[in-house]
Amino acid sequence: MGDRKGIIATGAVIGTLAALLVKWGNPANMGICVACFIRDIAGGLGLHRAGAVQYIRPEIIGFILGAFIISKATKEFRATGGSSPLMRFVLGMFVMIGALVFLGCPLRMILRLAGGDWNAILGIAGFAVGIILGTQFLKKGFTLGRATEQQKANGYILPVFATVLFILLVASPSFIFFSESGPGAARAPLVLALGAGLVVGVLAQRSRICMVGGIRDLYLIKDSHLLLGFISIFVFAFIFNLYFGNFNPGFLGQPAAHNDGLWNFLGMALAGLGSVMLGGCPLRQTILAGEGNIDAGITFLGLLTGAAVAHNFGIAGSPGGVALEGQVAVLIGLAALTLIGFAYSAISLGFTSSSNSAKL
Amino acid sequence: MKDFTVDARGRACPEPVIMTKQAIDAKGSGTLTILVDTTVARDNVGKLARKMGFAVSVKANYPDWTITIHK
Repeated sequence: MGDRKGIIATGAVIGTLAALLVKWGNPANMGICVACFIRDIAGGLGLHRAGAVQYIRPEIIGFILGAFIISKATKEFRATGGSSPLMRFVLGMFVMIGALVFLGCPLRMILRLAGGDWNAILGIAGFAVGIILGTQFLKKGFTLGRATEQQKANGYILPVFATVLFILLVASPSFIFFSESGPGAARAPLVLALGAGLVVGVLAQRSRICMVGGIRDLYLIKDSHLLLGFISIFVFAFIFNLYFGNFNPGFLGQPAAHNDGLWNFLGMALAGLGSVMLGGCPLRQTILAGEGNIDAGITFLGLLTGAAVAHNFGIAGSPGGVALEGQVAVLIGLAALTLIGFAYSAISLGFTSSSNSAKL
Repeated sequence: MKDFTVDARGRACPEPVIMTKQAIDAKGSGTLTILVDTTVARDNVGKLARKMGFAVSVKANYPDWTITIHK
């Protein structure tokens, strides 16, 4: 499904479901946030102990299983991997750190804007800058290398992991955490959240929607296809937020947000840069993981670990702003990724075989 | 006009498109062959080539696709 109608419809459904999920109980301006929800899952599993954000989010389970089911049905499911797995894990950690400093993944960035949170504007600006920087590396030949077909069992691990998460969520044994207050306690009913996740998982897999790709392709090849999906999400979320009375414009006092412009900008710059180097935003990585892409599966685990580290080390942002630990982490991330970008570009140029002189 | 092959197999988005674009920019016109192994790459490369005015033909040879573009 590569046509315009398909991606606009996908964006419409995602934007509408995001607004509905808030109405059904998810935190304000956070109907869907891949970063926040993976962070909540990390909390639910006890990987961090920030009491306000612990809950195994069914939406993420739905994304993975939805993508799995549809890719199996269309025979697109394939276990591929081997493209710098450990590097992807690290990049995933940094993307999460950047996102948590801003308090949102690229999708939530759009949803915050659609809810009137103008702080998201700085996030979008930083995101675009990070993407442009990452694209320069791509043009210079940055690549994490080839992925190849892997032993099939590997491709099933993330879908099985998602199923296990679901079982843990429903059975709620004593070692699984459920926030009693804060954003982690704000949750849509399980069936609705899971259902929404499955629908989004299927549509996102079919349309290949990706927040990073939207800006990246516009800049790189002047193609606005993915950006249309991006805009469609915004328009529909905005309309329904207005309808449900969930549109509250301003910079101050926004839900699960802070107004430290510099760190909103830099946090999303890190997320944007890392996502370009990974080949997709956190939503896209989650969908790819459901399709059997092991590299994306490892990236997902990197996102999960990054979330745990962010809260254990006091890096994540809070409505009060960004602590020194968070600022340092973002700066380290930007420096590290820039270094990786330069180093890999130089190495990949050296690897270019003479039969493929496309790299110029 | 010499033929030219771009092997984009195993490459993650957006590398196949970048590699193809760089090859097109270098060559200008003629026949170009691009090897890909994901439906995403197959579709994106085809779209790019069509947008740049090339005639595109795709041949499936499991698990890859051979895309031949010509201007």
